[in-house]
Amino acid sequence: MFLQDAPEGGVQYWELLVSGLGWTLAVSACAWVIALLLGSAIGTLRTTHRAWVTRVGNAWVELFRNIPLLVQMFLWYFVAPEFVPALKSWVIAADPAHAQFLSAVLCLGLFTSARIAEQVRAGIQSLPQGQRLAGMALGLREPQVYRYVLLPMAFRIIIPPLTSETMNLIKNSSIALTIGLAELTFRAREIGEYTFHFFEAFSAATLIYVAIAMAANRVMALVERRTAVPGYIAHGAK
Amino acid sequence: MALLEIKNVSRRFGDFTAVDDVSFTVESGEFFTLLGPSGCGKTTLLRMIAGFDLPDSGAIVLDGVDLRDTPAEQRPIHTVFQSYALFPHMTVAQNIAFPLRMAGKADDEVRTRVREAVAQVKLDKLEQRYPHELSGGQKQRVALARGLVNRPRLLLLDEPLGALDAKLREQMQIELIRLQRGVGVTFVFVTHSQAEALALSHRIAVMNHGVIEQMDEPDKLYGFPKNRFVADFIGNVNMHEATVAATGGTLTLELGTLGRIAAPSREGVKAGTGGVFVIRPEQVSIRAAAEASPDPNQFEGVVNDFLYIGDVTTYIVDLPDGKRFEALLPNSAPGRAKFFEVGDHVRLSWKAEAGAFLDA
Repeated sequence: MFLQDAPEGGVQYWELLVSGLGWTLAVSACAWVIALLLGSAIGTLRTTHRAWVTRVGNAWVELFRNIPLLVQMFLWYFVAPEFVPALKSWVIAADPAHAQFLSAVLCLGLFTSARIAEQVRAGIQSLPQGQRLAGMALGLREPQVYRYVLLPMAFRIIIPPLTSETMNLIKNSSIALTIGLAELTFRAREIGEYTFHFFEAFSAATLIYVAIAMAANRVMALVERRTAVPGYIAHGAK
Repeated sequence: MALLEIKNVSRRFGDFTAVDDVSFTVESGEFFTLLGPSGCGKTTLLRMIAGFDLPDSGAIVLDGVDLRDTPAEQRPIHTVFQSYALFPHMTVAQNIAFPLRMAGKADDEVRTRVREAVAQVKLDKLEQRYPHELSGGQKQRVALARGLVNRPRLLLLDEPLGALDAKLREQMQIELIRLQRGVGVTFVFVTHSQAEALALSHRIAVMNHGVIEQMDEPDKLYGFPKNRFVADFIGNVNMHEATVAATGGTLTLELGTLGRIAAPSREGVKAGTGGVFVIRPEQVSIRAAAEASPDPNQFEGVVNDFLYIGDVTTYIVDLPDGKRFEALLPNSAPGRAKFFEVGDHVRLSWKAEAGAFLDA
């Protein structure tokens, strides 16, 4: 069935799935970079002792964590351009796929950043207070204390939840089908509708999602092993 | 000029005054100890010297410069924590090199100084280990080396031996003294262990409820406590209510119903003044009741119990009026492990120069 020609554009059904997979991976990867960078920054800021910085961080986390992902997707795609005239004219002029891609990346990136920020904060706060003080006592300015003392350990500690978050992000990317982005789930449904072979189409999509998630899992496990501190974390894991 | 001056420093947390108008100075090269029970304010004081906390009033002056506006990281002061606070993701060598690298020292210098520091604390061959692969004593050495490697003006030590077992603690005490003399860095040491303070320090400030009760050299502190708290906190002491019966070359004290004793005189006490008489167990001689003693103060009693420590035995003796005294006897006579049994009649005695009369 996957080798049959699709009704549009002279491609076979398997090629539709591959193109969907491409979008899924592209959205996930870009969103993951945004989520990790922003999440780390905001999580870190929330542990500093400056009241207004902490408040901004808290507001960020609450905002993106408390609105359903689907609603956020619609807000980014349908509502946000209304407020930014330049963005609106670009959305109208651009290839719809590009606007959908941008919305999906921003939506998933910011949503996940709030969750990663919480993990980073928990990671930093799980370190003994002495670590920060020792850094200061040894002459480090605050950013250096974070860069050289706190974050290296905090990230090692949060690799397991970060792995889950990465896998969640990949799976959440399927929500982008609601704004028309032709990612994997979109294509699976499309094939189902053309051929009425929903079972095969979604089985294929399921297998692909599982494969991506497992690959991400393996990569994170490798990172965890490579960065493990002898005698510290993963003590009983082997 | 003194290296460190603490001038009228106070720190309050709500209604609680943790440090109350404390002043003292620390000389360059000195091993200075803040000693006191938990909650006495010693750690709060140390945190303020390190710059982790600021005094509500008063000044902390290092080398003549007020540190109020100098943040912790800019103070030439390092801290060794009870928890060691080693960086777990760095090897021993990286931990020790860290303050040098952050200060932007050249690779050559870093290598040389790390090698020196490693040798100083006897960690050779362990440079490539991670902190979690080290024993408590080894971790403590790394923390010391890291604290000293960049040659701070002042090294603060916050109960650094608290997490070690007794044997290792004794060994580390000896090494601390050797290290401090060797590098010549001024140490301010915080502990609640009087034995540690006495063994290590040039001078000790005994703190209680946020104030310094007495500041002196270890032998003066032990031998001539100025008040009841210090006498009780440092070492063991026999302490009994007393009233001055007569003054003169020696004080005559009325020890309740026990009778009168002769004690060292003290300025400013008048007949009728109430207080306590304190005397160390090792100043109280103990012998069989039948034997005579030349001392002016002597009482017969019965051994109630004893604590056999090994090198010495502490006898707990009940006197006729119910007062209880402890007397320390070294087990130094060859071929004999113990002198008295529970129930033995003994004679306690001490010289007129022994002990002290203190305010109640």
